[in-house]
Amino acid sequence: MKQLFERLQPLFAVSDFKKQHGDLAFLRIPKEHAEMLIRHLRDHEGFSHLVFFTAVDYIEDGVFRLIYMLHDYGTKNTLGVHVDIARENATMTSIHELWAQAALYQRELKEMFGIDFPGSPGVDEDFMLEGWDEIPPMRREFDTKAYAEKTFFPRPGRKSTEPRTHMQEQLYPNRQGGPDGGEK
Amino acid sequence: MFAPDRSKYPEIVDGKPVVDLDSEKYVKIWHGPQHPGITGNMSLELTLCGDEVVECKTHVGYLHRGFEKLMERRTWIQNFPVVCRIAVPEPAFNEYLYAAGLEELAGIQPPERAQWIRNLNLEMMRLASFMAWLGGQAGAFGMGTIGQWTITHRDYLLDLFEEMTGGRIYHMYMIPGGVRAGLPDGFEARLEAVLQKCEKLLEEIELVLLNNAVFKSRAVGLGYIDKEMIDRYGITGPNQRACGIKRDLRKDAPYLVYDQLDFEVITGTASDAYERTVVRYHEMHQCIDLIRQILARMPNDGPFHHPLPNVLHWRIPPGETYVKAECTRGEKGYYIVSDGSQYPRRICIRGPSYTHAFPVMEKLAIGTDIADIAGLMVSLHTYPPEIER
Repeated sequence: MKQLFERLQPLFAVSDFKKQHGDLAFLRIPKEHAEMLIRHLRDHEGFSHLVFFTAVDYIEDGVFRLIYMLHDYGTKNTLGVHVDIARENATMTSIHELWAQAALYQRELKEMFGIDFPGSPGVDEDFMLEGWDEIPPMRREFDTKAYAEKTFFPRPGRKSTEPRTHMQEQLYPNRQGGPDGGEK
Repeated sequence: MFAPDRSKYPEIVDGKPVVDLDSEKYVKIWHGPQHPGITGNMSLELTLCGDEVVECKTHVGYLHRGFEKLMERRTWIQNFPVVCRIAVPEPAFNEYLYAAGLEELAGIQPPERAQWIRNLNLEMMRLASFMAWLGGQAGAFGMGTIGQWTITHRDYLLDLFEEMTGGRIYHMYMIPGGVRAGLPDGFEARLEAVLQKCEKLLEEIELVLLNNAVFKSRAVGLGYIDKEMIDRYGITGPNQRACGIKRDLRKDAPYLVYDQLDFEVITGTASDAYERTVVRYHEMHQCIDLIRQILARMPNDGPFHHPLPNVLHWRIPPGETYVKAECTRGEKGYYIVSDGSQYPRRICIRGPSYTHAFPVMEKLAIGTDIADIAGLMVSLHTYPPEIER
């Protein structure tokens, strides 16, 4: 895998090569060269299998990290290509022409992270969340608890209990103090 | 590549067929989400011209529970009851992959006996999952009785899982560092008795299904997958092997103790629904053989679990990894990112159904008779929960 990185270095602005274990490695490339690198890996290096394509939200750095996981059936190597893109107005070049299932991953990323892939077929269609009007839910700032409380408000007469306090009341009804009986 | 005659299909503009439903030439129907011929809670939006499908669109979202998001808000160990729910008929693969990913990131090496027990559990799971699929495949072509037989035999296997793990469907048995318990006393003999029942069933299945004239006439030639489609569509598992490509992660990237077991990758040639059935049928025999090999060779004593730190405050060192295994449908993988905290930063699950149920199904459905859609879909062996993780 190191040899692959050395072959790629003169051709592309790849960096941060990291070998995770025997046949799995990661490298990073700037956004503008990513599509070219992936095309090169598929056509000239044997990485013919797009294993998956996803994103990780690094909200503290203001970036989404895209991960293109590629596999070479010949050498049995798997390579994760990292591409950092800005969170604000996130867009990325589409790779739907390279693999048939890429458009589906891109459609999911648009819905779940709000990353746009202009030109990707059906990218604006709802995938799983029909009629969703909140921020994309896989973003780190999406608060699932607040959403649930707002959307699925308690029915009249329904009592909500905090598990620790509830058990305290059930097991030690006469005990005074806080949830731990004030002994802590 | 297979190129159907498009003269009787609608015109395609910008990659989409133009279907004028007012022309009375087409009719649009929904196949699912409540339909016995659909593989779980998903639906196909079919556009028909007579009995022939001219357009197929897969819809999911009926059971989206946001597993990947849920896992980001739970501690590493709290995620164990979550991961097994991502593929209902075969949760063990999720348990194993999640555990293996954490072990790799945390630098834990499970004891050898645990690896053998895990392998046994996975092969039993594969056999149980194939049983459920086989009933579905036969049922989709109108042979519901076979479904009764296979579900009964799956239940015999579930009884064994209950003995082994305490749970019939969701086991939560493979945890980081090993497994929760060893095998119960006399388990091997009871497993062997069930394997013999399964073998007898498979003999009957060969007679009533694989040699059945109705099944053959409907499944042969149905859903042909061209070799060129394999990499372009990311097809894996028996769907791939049925067209003659010899790829199996158990051989190509051996995990657990597969490198110590003796087996060959099963392939076919015709690459249609019938061939996929035959490949899976032989893989069921292979499962039985592998289980027997494991029982004969596995160590009967020794530790089955590596001690862990306090899992309630467990922090996994920062890093990322991708672990994969060959499940019944193909390559299943977990991509796990840790930022050093008590919670996962990101977990992405790669399920083979993602591509099989969407681009592959949408392509293969075109030109298929409406009556064969259920059989085609089951022959691709898709599970919606791993699409909607």
